[in-house]
Amino acid sequence: MSARRPVSDWATDWDHTDPTWIENPFPIWDDLRKRCPIAHSERFEDGAHFPSRYADVREISYDTEHFSSRRVIVREKKFHPVMPSPPITSDPPEHRPARMPLLPAFNPKAIEKLTPDTRALCNRLIDGFLAKGKCDAATDYAQHIPTRVIARMLGMDEEDGDRYRRWIKMALEEGIHDNDKVMQSLKEMTIYFSEELKKRGTQSGDDLISFMRNQRIDGQPLPPDKLIGTLRLLLIAGIDTTWSAIGASLWHLATHDEDRRRLAADPSLMDTAVEEFLRAYAPVTMAREVIKDVTINGCPMKPGSMVLLSFPAANRDPEMFPDADKVRIDRAENRHAAFGLGIHRCVGSNLARMELRVALEEWLKRIPEFRLEPSARVTWSEGTVRGPRQLPVVFA
Amino acid sequence: MSGPIRLKVQVAAERCQGHNRCYSIAPELFEIDDYGNARAKGDGVVPPELEEKARLAVKNCPEHAVRLSQKT
Repeated sequence: MSARRPVSDWATDWDHTDPTWIENPFPIWDDLRKRCPIAHSERFEDGAHFPSRYADVREISYDTEHFSSRRVIVREKKFHPVMPSPPITSDPPEHRPARMPLLPAFNPKAIEKLTPDTRALCNRLIDGFLAKGKCDAATDYAQHIPTRVIARMLGMDEEDGDRYRRWIKMALEEGIHDNDKVMQSLKEMTIYFSEELKKRGTQSGDDLISFMRNQRIDGQPLPPDKLIGTLRLLLIAGIDTTWSAIGASLWHLATHDEDRRRLAADPSLMDTAVEEFLRAYAPVTMAREVIKDVTINGCPMKPGSMVLLSFPAANRDPEMFPDADKVRIDRAENRHAAFGLGIHRCVGSNLARMELRVALEEWLKRIPEFRLEPSARVTWSEGTVRGPRQLPVVFA
Repeated sequence: MSGPIRLKVQVAAERCQGHNRCYSIAPELFEIDDYGNARAKGDGVVPPELEEKARLAVKNCPEHAVRLSQKT
């Protein structure tokens, strides 16, 4: 990646790919909330706004009249034309028919069925490194959970998960600065799914691809390009996100002895702990494109400009959450927005919660004592999804 | 003399986006349809021992879709 110009002022020149932001964005957001709750930057084509208050993020999330989802990533150079991945890139009225067919595959009953396999997977991963007394919790553990779970859900080979990870890195990280990477990633995914559909012919099984192929909208199956667009979305949306949530939670537990010991000793805290990790380390930041002149919290926004829609920043707003900057694993009232607000609520939220919970439960059962490897470096992903990408830990 | 005040939960269908927090906190009080949308079970009347759970379901709904009212 090319060197980026240093940020002169976060209020007028913010950059969510700047190393300071990547490493620890929270002080930046706290500062902006006080002095410039909707920051601006000309680093991105047609300019981009960054609201850091919960109330503003919420208002924009609900306002589909002035804000479109056709572009959901803030990039240096916009894609022309836009590349649809319905339903995440859909606006009303197309959004609902694109979303509805997906929902039953992710309801609580459907996800509950995946829990035993996920538990077994976590334990197989732990078996692989437990005796060594250390591992990289991001690359040896967290990363493999969503990739393999989604591969199985799709009815694909579990080992294909490694290829998914590469495509996602190209689309979400490298792709912010380099549109060719995004194109390459989308092309490879399209070929992968096209070949699979061809191979399957008319065969149908108990998996998500079969489920999607059997869906009918007004009596018609999904056209192949829409089906493949949605399958690509499932990969992009379901992997780095959950990987990041698991990794960030383990990072917190590795660096906060009291919380780790309390949670290991009292698993009944897991419900509130999972929600609190999701609030405090919400991995996903989305975007909207302004499509009509609008003023949010006194800030005029012009059509064409982008909005970085940071659920992580909203979740750290002290006006909404008492002690917003503190992780309280027993926080009982937690209206966090980690999975978004409004019509684009993450379709996979039940799946993500299950994976995060099971990953932490199985880890803590077998590795209740662990900490960061003293000499090693933790690195965090940049851009749209935030989580640790290297997390070397040693077990006690 | 009137009986003790009972509480009733309701889910505003037009606000619910299927986060399923209410169901996760109080499966005794809420149910979820195939599409992930929540509704109150039965008549929504909250037994006294579930009042705290009902309050938490309200306070954890990201969409402010869950309401608690006094049963009339």
